[in-house]
Amino acid sequence: MRDQPIWKARTEPTTTPHQPAELTLDQCIKCNICVTACPVTAVTDLFPGPKYEAPQGGRFRQETQPSTDHSIDYCSGCRVCNMVCPTGVRIAEINARVRAHMVKTGQIKGRARLRNNLLARPETLGKLGQPLAPLTNLLLHNTLGRWFAHKLLGIAPHAALPHFASHKFSSWFRKHTPLSMVTRKVVYFHGCATEYYEPRVGKAAVHVLEANGFEVLVPPQNCCGLPLLSNGEFQAAHTYHEKNIHHLVKYIRQGYVIVGTSTSCTLTLKEEAPELLDNFSPEARLLAENTYDLSEFLLLLWETGDLNTENLRPLPLTLPYHPPCQYRAHRLGIPSLELLQLIPELQIQLSQAACCGVAGTYGYKQEKYEIAMRVGEPLFQFVRHSRAPLVLCDSETCRWQITRATGLPAIHPIELLAAAYGFPAEEPLRTVLATYANNQVAVELH
Amino acid sequence: MRTYQTEVLVIGGGATGTGVAYDLAQRGFKTILVEKRDLTHGTTGRYHGLLHSGGRYVVKDPKAATECIEENRILRRIMPHCLEDTGGFFVTTPWDDPDFGDRFMEACQATGVPCEEISVAQMLREEPLLNPKISRCFRVPDAAADSFLATQCVAEAARQYGAEVLIYHEVIRVIREGDRVIGVVCHDLVKDEEVSILADMVVNASGAWAGKIAHMVGLEVSVMPGKGVMVAANHRVVNTVVNRCKMPSDGDIIVPVHTVAVIGTTDQRVADPEHFAIERWEIDLMLEEGDKLVPGFRQMRMLRAWAGVRPLYQETKVADTRDVTRAYTLLDHETRDGVMGFITITGGKWTTFRQMAQVTADRVCEKLGVERPCRTHEEPLPALFESDRHTANGYHYLGARLTDIESHKSYGDLVCECELATRAVVEQAIRDGNAHTLDDIRRDVRLGMGPCQGGFCTYRVTGLLHLWRQTPVTESNVALRDFLQERWKGLKPVLWGAQLKQERLDEFIYLSVLNADHLPGEKASRLGPVMYEEEVNNE
Repeated sequence: MRDQPIWKARTEPTTTPHQPAELTLDQCIKCNICVTACPVTAVTDLFPGPKYEAPQGGRFRQETQPSTDHSIDYCSGCRVCNMVCPTGVRIAEINARVRAHMVKTGQIKGRARLRNNLLARPETLGKLGQPLAPLTNLLLHNTLGRWFAHKLLGIAPHAALPHFASHKFSSWFRKHTPLSMVTRKVVYFHGCATEYYEPRVGKAAVHVLEANGFEVLVPPQNCCGLPLLSNGEFQAAHTYHEKNIHHLVKYIRQGYVIVGTSTSCTLTLKEEAPELLDNFSPEARLLAENTYDLSEFLLLLWETGDLNTENLRPLPLTLPYHPPCQYRAHRLGIPSLELLQLIPELQIQLSQAACCGVAGTYGYKQEKYEIAMRVGEPLFQFVRHSRAPLVLCDSETCRWQITRATGLPAIHPIELLAAAYGFPAEEPLRTVLATYANNQVAVELH
Repeated sequence: MRTYQTEVLVIGGGATGTGVAYDLAQRGFKTILVEKRDLTHGTTGRYHGLLHSGGRYVVKDPKAATECIEENRILRRIMPHCLEDTGGFFVTTPWDDPDFGDRFMEACQATGVPCEEISVAQMLREEPLLNPKISRCFRVPDAAADSFLATQCVAEAARQYGAEVLIYHEVIRVIREGDRVIGVVCHDLVKDEEVSILADMVVNASGAWAGKIAHMVGLEVSVMPGKGVMVAANHRVVNTVVNRCKMPSDGDIIVPVHTVAVIGTTDQRVADPEHFAIERWEIDLMLEEGDKLVPGFRQMRMLRAWAGVRPLYQETKVADTRDVTRAYTLLDHETRDGVMGFITITGGKWTTFRQMAQVTADRVCEKLGVERPCRTHEEPLPALFESDRHTANGYHYLGARLTDIESHKSYGDLVCECELATRAVVEQAIRDGNAHTLDDIRRDVRLGMGPCQGGFCTYRVTGLLHLWRQTPVTESNVALRDFLQERWKGLKPVLWGAQLKQERLDEFIYLSVLNADHLPGEKASRLGPVMYEEEVNNE
């Protein structure tokens, strides 16, 4: 049990020794549960499955030998295998490290590597593309642009590329006037998607945190590095990880914790980056041990009676919610669901689908696009059958993938919570709420 | 009774026997080899898989060391696809005499074993799991050998020169005419019948069993079976052969071979080469000594334990078997005992099997009054499997099978998932090979040798055997049971942790789901395994 409030950082890092992911292959008892659960194996013969790749292939790999792996590149990194493994083999991490070895030894090269590097650098893309948003959006979202991206780089022409936002989250935040009733502080890690594509998620997060008496700090920060990690570009990911440690640890040392709205960013800071990069320095541990996903954080507040639930207005909507595989990988249950259930009259239809398929950058690659769409099909079916006006999901690329496949807009759960606190909603939630309000009025008039 | 007539009969299908048969066939002799079980069933198939550089013997047995390095160079030339060029380290741990290193270096120079001292930092770069408290490290040209494959290749080469290899032919009598041995009578275990083989010359190359064969002739040959226990870790742990830099003793070597790392060995004199126990203290000792080389070794998953018997020849009795020379012995029973037509080759070690075969074949030439030179050191041995053709500078390497599977996208066709044995290679072993049991297939293609120890491949391979051999269902059932029993044999000494979990799952599969112990057919066949004796409880 914690002996201090959740928002107080633990400033002494743990020192427990860590075991390289590869050593966990010793735990495999060949039971095949991972194979039956793997959403990728289920839809393609190109991926032989988690068991073959990690614990079995792992016994045949040697750091000093050139990589001869091919099929492992079809692992989407969704981590469903890790979650179902009854003996604790770190399958997804082993696979990611093998892919890094493939990159290092030239097994992934040329156009594919260039493409992967481009997709894996949302921060660079955002810095270049966002300031000229109308133009870059036009370039990226027309048939000709996509044709070139496809032919030159191998980016799937129908994959759901996001739109650059008209303003950055951090620009909004600088101008933002906080609420005055501040009793505690927290650091917000917005991630690239919020910064460059969906600042509305960050705004909602700031509003909800402020409604709970937090002063929100948004220090300089970099991409968490996950897209690079999942493309095997470990050197570049390491640089980002170190930069984030540099930016954030000083706040932790002052006693503040880090919260984020991107489940994959928070997972990366919590465990993926240290584990994959073998970075267990005291600073890396401090960052890992003081990072929370926002829903996790708010739910922990609620558990100790520290969450403001009095001001939550009823939202009599029925909406589907998909907990992304990246969130389930936090091994926390489904905190967003529990949190959403605090909103009066809101009904949630919970998705049981394993994965939306896109898995970060995976579904953008020409050779993997079809696989990603097939992986997501059960989820798309579920969403289509819901007949709801929008869908809830914590992870940005999943939201874009769901919208691309179903035509339904998708928002982060925090946006709904912010609306329940009475903050003005942005599109697409605004229209949904407005339509609902009009209907209500119409019902009442009858 | 089926009768064969040949020039030379070789008894024993281990490295030495097949080597002798190959050498003789290559020199143009009509040759038959008999082996009571499958090739390598004896000591050859139960050792740690070390191709000696000679480093292990430089101080204690310089003659053996020189023989080793000579043969090391030859085998690297003629059978690189059966070897893995791991290199070897001799390391001084805190438990070893720090001055031994200097003696070791000097002895290496004296015996011609190449040796180079490297920094501990360099050693740790190459082998990060080794004990950082190691103070000195010497690099020697040790390597890992696949003794199953090597013996199969030698046997295949012998066949190509016209030799006949009869497995599951157990010698039950030696036919003697006055002072001359003229042949043997075998029991064909497969057909359950007696077979007589008449020969101008009989070579006893039965290793630790040499005393038993000699006894059938009425001769006294003292071969002490020196039992050595080995334990395999589930993964490679190290990629270099690691020896302790000290006088050879128990548990002082880890050999990375294929997907496992083998720690060995103990050395216990046993009365019978066939019947002995693996004792708990032996396993404990291996883990304890392994932990000194690789901290944390004790906690790693152990796959299996087994024991082999060294054939140590001595004319006079010696109490501690490790003090017996490792150099081989050729006994000419005509000069020694006045019995003609019979010679015995024993002792030695896997690394020197070719040289042993050469001197034996030389003696056979002499006895038969012909002069034909040896060519085994010149001629490369054939590769048997397609996947053996993936090599690194001609050598086998760890990733070869994965490379093969990845390049052919044959991952959907695995029979043994742990060792990546595809249906194609298993079927090749059944169709073209001489496999009679599932265990024979195992030796051919490493089936069932991985973490699950047959948990998921035994039923698959039984089906394939049934399909290709059209065996009656009852026989297929017995083949399945024999193999499960054979795997169980080596699992019993390491049943804890992950391997215990594994075995529980395997138990559910075979006993609870498939009801393997009640399927129609005999409980076990005469081709089935000889289990280890139960440990004598001294408490």
